Amino acid sequence: MTQTLAPPERDRKTRTTSVAPVRRTRTFARPLQYLALLGYVLFLGFPLLFLLSTSLKTPRQLQSGDASFIPDSLTWSNFSDAVTKANLVQAAGNSLYVAALTTVIVTLLSLPAAYALARFKTKLRGLATGWILLSQVFPFILIVIPVFLVLKQIGLVNNPLGLVLVYTVWCMPFALWMLRGYVAAIPVELEEAGAIDGAGKLRVLRSIVLPLLAPGLVATSLFTFISSWNEFFFALVLIQDPELQTLPLTLARFVGAEGQVQLGQLAAASLLATVPSLVFFLFIQRRLTSGLMSGAVKG
Amino acid sequence: MTAATVRRRRKRGDGRDAWLLVLPALVPVVLISVYPLVQGILLGFTDAEAGLNQVTNFNGLDNYEKLLHNELFWASFRIGLIWAFGVTIIQFLASLGLALLLNADLRLRWLARTLALVPWAMPPVVIAIMWRLMLNPTYGPVNETLRSLGLPGDINWLGDFSTALPAVIVVGVWAGMPQTTITLLAGLQNVSGDLHEAAAIDGASTWQRFWHVTLPALRPVIAAITSLDLIWNFNSFALVFVLTAGGPGGKTMLPMLFAYNEAFRYGNFGYAAALGNVMVVVIAAFLFFYLRGQARSRES
Repeated sequence: MTQTLAPPERDRKTRTTSVAPVRRTRTFARPLQYLALLGYVLFLGFPLLFLLSTSLKTPRQLQSGDASFIPDSLTWSNFSDAVTKANLVQAAGNSLYVAALTTVIVTLLSLPAAYALARFKTKLRGLATGWILLSQVFPFILIVIPVFLVLKQIGLVNNPLGLVLVYTVWCMPFALWMLRGYVAAIPVELEEAGAIDGAGKLRVLRSIVLPLLAPGLVATSLFTFISSWNEFFFALVLIQDPELQTLPLTLARFVGAEGQVQLGQLAAASLLATVPSLVFFLFIQRRLTSGLMSGAVKG
Repeated sequence: MTAATVRRRRKRGDGRDAWLLVLPALVPVVLISVYPLVQGILLGFTDAEAGLNQVTNFNGLDNYEKLLHNELFWASFRIGLIWAFGVTIIQFLASLGLALLLNADLRLRWLARTLALVPWAMPPVVIAIMWRLMLNPTYGPVNETLRSLGLPGDINWLGDFSTALPAVIVVGVWAGMPQTTITLLAGLQNVSGDLHEAAAIDGASTWQRFWHVTLPALRPVIAAITSLDLIWNFNSFALVFVLTAGGPGGKTMLPMLFAYNEAFRYGNFGYAAALGNVMVVVIAAFLFFYLRGQARSRES
């Protein structure tokens, strides 16, 4: 475990300068690192593969209680059945609309606020931090009944916009909290250096802060999108019309009707529900882990 | 212009700027979260019930007295705490290990990184469905693996009194690892490489550098993500709702499930809200001590 901790900077160094003693620890550490990595890959990946395998099995193979990992014969009928029976397309449309709108609103609202909270030492900071934490502490059960009554008053119950409103408020504390942390991690000296070099406030924000903030910003908006896409409890209480149901609701209803034969369809529907945000992730994941900060401040 | 002048300039008008920047975020929050929250807390001191024509009266602490004598409530809270702490601690350790691996220069890192993100992209409902398949006593691969190893492979993981809670905790860890891992990884990438270099030149071992350079730099991120994990886990609903619905015999009846049943199966809104109030107090107490400890160790 202790051997898995070599930072990338050092690895890059050793590749170019190849210091002998460092080499020795590395050859010793590498197998352990790969072993640990393999363990993680299995734990994280196997359930997904099994879900995929189940979705491709024929009803007959599922009914026989055959636990083999490889399907006898590949069938796509589970997917087509799931789409036509469970209203998946409509539910996916509802989920996408709600999640995308929520993400845009939350990002636009929380970016300036996060900057202010990280950089300005006012009373506001303590107040906001306290509230952010507090808002996360309250369980939904306390909020959901009054929210239902409020939304009913303004006609937003059983309406995707009502869900967007609730999700915006519900996601904002976390977005703020994380963004504030990312802003605070950017050395103030960089901004000051920019100002000394004659850049205006906006220029400093655009050319220095924003690029450095990008990984954090991506992580935060991803979190917002996925939270709204996945949310179950508020949707369960606030949306009653089957035509307005989001994906999690549709799937949860599917589980109730689950029999051995239906398992293939259930797995197929589950996979389909995961695809959009998965694609989103794969597309964007490189940026999540690119280290923009390394070596920004040379001492 | 010197750095000091710049700093002094920044100070002026900071208060007004801060308010202007925070205001857009503040308005919806006050309208849609503060008001319902106050309403919800008050509801906990009433006998409110579902239904249109119910008359609601304040009944003081009656709800809490009823809770105090409710064994199911105590059991549910015990289960909730085991679940929340179990998941949060295991999740943190597993995620820290993975984040460090992902931050190292390994081949196939992209695969682990991609897989580490996948659970995040999945709705809890889907994760629950998937693990129901995995843990199924007859055709699930978990039992199948045990059988092929010559071990007893007929365990009903989610249906057995003794295995249900541990099984659900494992699923909870699986589901929550991504956001913890990515948050820690983002934090790791902000740790100055120069400090590591300097420590290495001074002869610090890998472990020493982790303990004295990486960990202190990560501390704010760690405090943030573990507190949030703890709260989220304590308040979590969908995953266990679909996995076991609180069964078998209430062995996985998390407080949120308990409250949901009270509110929406039996219609006892006031009682459910009271339960929510107790949850708030419990979680706030834990956070208070935890964050105070964090703040102290940062000062020292």
